[in-house]
Amino acid sequence: MIGNYPLHLMILVLLWGYIYTGWSLMGRLGMVSFGHGAFMGIGAYTVVMLWNHFGLSPWLGAPAALALTAAVALVIAYPCFRFKIVGHYFALVTLALSEVTRLVITAMRDVTGGSLGATPNGALTEGRSVAIGALQFSDKWVWLAIIFAFWLLGLWVWRLVDRGMGRLALQAISEDEEAAASIGIHVTRAKLQVTLVSALMTCTGGILYAQYQLYVNPDTVSGIAISLQMVFGVIAGGMFVMLGPTVGAAFTLLLAEGLRLAFGNKYPALDTTIYGAMLVLFIIFMPKGILGALLDLVRRPRRAS
Amino acid sequence: MFLQVSKLTKRFGGFTAVSDVSFEVAEGEILGLIGPNGSGKSTTFNLIAGALKPDAGSVRFRGDEVGGLPAYRVAHAGIGRTYQIPRPFKKLSLLENVALAAFYGANSRLSREKAFELAKDSLKLVGLQETKVEGLGASALKKLELARALATQPKLLLADESLGGLDHAEMDGAADMLARIRAERGVTIVWVEHIMGVLMRVVDRCVVLDHGVVIAQGKPADVAKDAKVIEVYLGTDAFA
Repeated sequence: MIGNYPLHLMILVLLWGYIYTGWSLMGRLGMVSFGHGAFMGIGAYTVVMLWNHFGLSPWLGAPAALALTAAVALVIAYPCFRFKIVGHYFALVTLALSEVTRLVITAMRDVTGGSLGATPNGALTEGRSVAIGALQFSDKWVWLAIIFAFWLLGLWVWRLVDRGMGRLALQAISEDEEAAASIGIHVTRAKLQVTLVSALMTCTGGILYAQYQLYVNPDTVSGIAISLQMVFGVIAGGMFVMLGPTVGAAFTLLLAEGLRLAFGNKYPALDTTIYGAMLVLFIIFMPKGILGALLDLVRRPRRAS
Repeated sequence: MFLQVSKLTKRFGGFTAVSDVSFEVAEGEILGLIGPNGSGKSTTFNLIAGALKPDAGSVRFRGDEVGGLPAYRVAHAGIGRTYQIPRPFKKLSLLENVALAAFYGANSRLSREKAFELAKDSLKLVGLQETKVEGLGASALKKLELARALATQPKLLLADESLGGLDHAEMDGAADMLARIRAERGVTIVWVEHIMGVLMRVVDRCVVLDHGVVIAQGKPADVAKDAKVIEVYLGTDAFA
C-alpha cells in the first residue's frame, strides 16, 4: 500500500503535468506565455469564492471560471495577435497579466482573504469522505483517479494538436506571420484557438488544485513565481515531446520538495531563484529538456548503425 | 474584367510610392509588371496581395473588391503570391510547406490527405524533390515559392521578381516554367520583374512603372520601342 505522502506527490506530478501540457501547447509553437499563472488563479479563486460567498457548487463555479478565463484570455491575446506582439514583447504582456491577477486577488482581501489565502468552506462533516456537490473528497485515491483522468485528457489534446494541420500552421506562423497569411492562414484566429485551449486547460488545473488542496493563496496559484515555475518546468522536461511537460512536473516537484526538506522555510523565494538560474542553464545546454535529451541519446546509436 | 486595378495610390509618410496606378489583366494572360528598382512594382504587387492597404483606389478581382482585405482573405479569393526573397518555413519539410498552402488556400474544404496529394502535384509541376528546406539553393527556393503559391489553387498568380539571383540558364528555365504553369493549370499570371529581356519572350502584355506611375503599357514589342521606357532603362543592363 502506498503511503499518503508518495500518493500526494503522484497527484501533484500529474496535476502539474496536466497544467504544463496545457502551457506547452502554446510554448512549443512560439508563444511563450508568462501569463498562465493568471488563468490558474482565476480558476482556483472563482470556484472557491463562489462556493464560500454564494454557496454555489464548484460544478457551477467551474463553468463560470472557464468563461471568465476565456474572456480574459481573449481580451489580452486578441490585441497581441492582431497587432503582431510576438516573442519577448508577448512574454512581457503576459507577465504583466499574471502579476495583475495576483495583485487583484491580494487587494480584494475582504472577499479573497488577501495574501493569507482562503479555504473553501468544508463540506466533509462528521465522517463523510465524499461531498460530490462541493467537489471535496478526503480520500486521496479519488483525487488520484480524477487527476489521472485529466492528465490523460491533456495528453489526448496534445496529440490532437500535434497531429493536426493547425500545428504546422502555427509553426509556420511562428517563423513568418506574413508568409503564413499569404497562403490563406488566418493568423490571429489560429493563435487564438490554441491560446484558448491552453488557457482553459490551465484554468481547470487551477480549479482542481484548489479543490484538492482545499486552500488557495495568491502566491501559489497566480503571479510571476507560478508562471515562471510553469515555464521552467516545461523547458526542463522538454516541450517538444508529449511526456516532456510531465517529466518537467516531476523534476520541479522533486526539486521543490528537496529544497524544502533541506532548508525548510529558512530562505523564502529560494526555489524561484533556483528555477531562474536553472532555466538559463537548460535553455543554453539542454534546449530540448530532460526527456528530449534522453530520447536523442537513445535514438542516436540506432541511427548510426 | 478578371483583375482591374484602378487609381491605386499608396503613400509612406510624405513619399508616394504608387500614384494613381490603373491597369487591367484579362483571364488567361501573362502580364509583365516591369520598371526599374524603386519604381513601385513591389508596392503595387503588395497592395493587390493584401500585404499593404491602399490609401486610395480599388482592386477588383472577378467582380469583387479585394483592395484592403487582409492577405489571408485575398488568398481565399484565389490570388496566390510568391516573394522576391524566398520566405520558406524552415522548420517544416518541403512537402509540409506546400501542403499547408493547399490546406489553407483558396479551397479550404480539403482533407489533410488531399492537401498532401495536391502538394505533391505542385512540387512535381515545378520539378522539386521532397527534402528538407535547409540547404536548398536560390533556384530551388524560388521553385518552392512557386509550388507553395500554386498549391493554394489560385486563379491569379502574382510572381514577384522570380528571376533575381539566377543565372541565364536558370532564368530561361523559370520563364518557361511560368508559361507551363499557365498552360497546365490555366492560371493567369502577373509577373513582376525588373529584368526585361527574358520576360519579353513569355508575357502577352507589359505594364511599365516608373516613380510610382504607369508610363507605358501594351505588347512587349511596342513597349520596348516606347521612348519613355527606353529613357527609363537607358544605361542599365535591364534589357540583358
